[in-house]
Amino acid sequence: MLSRRSFVSLFLAALLASGAHAQEAPDALIMRISTDVLDAVKADKSIQAGDVRQVIVLVDAKVMPSVNFRRMTASAVGRFWRQATPEQQQRLQEEFKTLLIRTYSGALTQVKDQSVQLKPMRSKPEDDDVVVRTEVRGKGDPVQLDYRLEKTSGAWKIYDVNVLGVWLVENYRNSFAQEIGAGGIDGLIAKLADKNKAAAGKT
Amino acid sequence: MTGDFHPAWRRWVMALLLLASAGCATVPPGTTQRQQIDPFEAWNRKVFAFNETLDDALLKPVATGYAEVVPPLARRGIGNFYANLADAWSAVNMLLQGKPVTAAEGAFRFGVNTVFGFAGVLDIASEMGYERNYGDFGQTLGVWGMDAGAYLMWPLIGPSTMRESLGLPLNYAASPMYLFNLGLAGQFGVWALQLVNTRAGLLGAGRILDDIALDKYTFIRDAYLQRRRSLIGEDDEPPAPDPSQDDPEAAPAVIPPPEPAK
Repeated sequence: MLSRRSFVSLFLAALLASGAHAQEAPDALIMRISTDVLDAVKADKSIQAGDVRQVIVLVDAKVMPSVNFRRMTASAVGRFWRQATPEQQQRLQEEFKTLLIRTYSGALTQVKDQSVQLKPMRSKPEDDDVVVRTEVRGKGDPVQLDYRLEKTSGAWKIYDVNVLGVWLVENYRNSFAQEIGAGGIDGLIAKLADKNKAAAGKT
Repeated sequence: MTGDFHPAWRRWVMALLLLASAGCATVPPGTTQRQQIDPFEAWNRKVFAFNETLDDALLKPVATGYAEVVPPLARRGIGNFYANLADAWSAVNMLLQGKPVTAAEGAFRFGVNTVFGFAGVLDIASEMGYERNYGDFGQTLGVWGMDAGAYLMWPLIGPSTMRESLGLPLNYAASPMYLFNLGLAGQFGVWALQLVNTRAGLLGAGRILDDIALDKYTFIRDAYLQRRRSLIGEDDEPPAPDPSQDDPEAAPAVIPPPEPAK
């Protein structure tokens, strides 16, 4: 059994650790995640062979803790979000997450000799909503990969990703509105679920 | 290239002027944003379906076979050759956009790769640290302040806008198929090789696209429009407010009535 002193020191250590995490600058966070993920992919033969399930495990462990998925989904759904019941919001979030992880995973299986470099930040230190700009470098032209992050309760969380000038969540807004227009929020949920089932059937 | 005005272009410009005058008509009140950016959606979707069919039946199978036969290194060399010629045109456009330093760098890239990179097959300039800055005439028109106008889907060419379409004739005049005096068969060969080589490089991306797009037409349109905006430096808009945060002043949205099936 833990002595009282060691319990206190453990508690303090945990506090310090979480404090250190909250202090991490947004660009440092992006750099840490990118390097972690790229290194893990390069070290894993099954991912390079195209095993999407393995990538999903990796993404869940390394990336998802730093993503504000509720905000991502709400932004894509836009002004209809507040009309959705909590259950609908939950389902939307789950289906959209599956869809995006699959996309990201598909891209990750293409990783070979790439590395990530940070570009200069244009934000002020006191900002709590920033864009971190990076470039993925490998063979061929560098690929622009930017992230929007916001600081909520001390921690930075990603809520949109930009590939080659295209914000991904923003890009879903019209598609989502189109589905909601045709079949309501349940129609959109069904459409996302269908899409995920079809993609899962292929892998 | 012959000196006189290409007859195909004349028809093109006429068609464009017609479209442009249609696009300039005032937007009736009550139209949604979707109708504003894509007033020809019904027509565009037909052209898109045609392009998709053509891609499935012809271009994709040819590109797949090509990728199996031609080794990656050779494909990269061919891609570099075309990209090098595009670099020269990018440099001209950088100059037109009032960016002389970027233009000079682009011209230097083109010179180095042409002379030392075997007519552009090797991209030596990139390895020296001179990055590619893409430019075309549609982008130049955007930098000059012209609005993108309506979204347009062209057969074979793909996504475009009114403004980008105005840039197309000049972009084509500066493209490899017109730069050299090759005759019709030669022009077709140069164009087809570029098309197949580019498509072969996009086979993986095409599979991802099929997986993630709810409606491929809408997804490609919105990605294209965003990408073009970012190319003329209009990407610094602030993000939309977070709808998951409670905002008591915001009026609840009304779900629009279903649109008639197309």
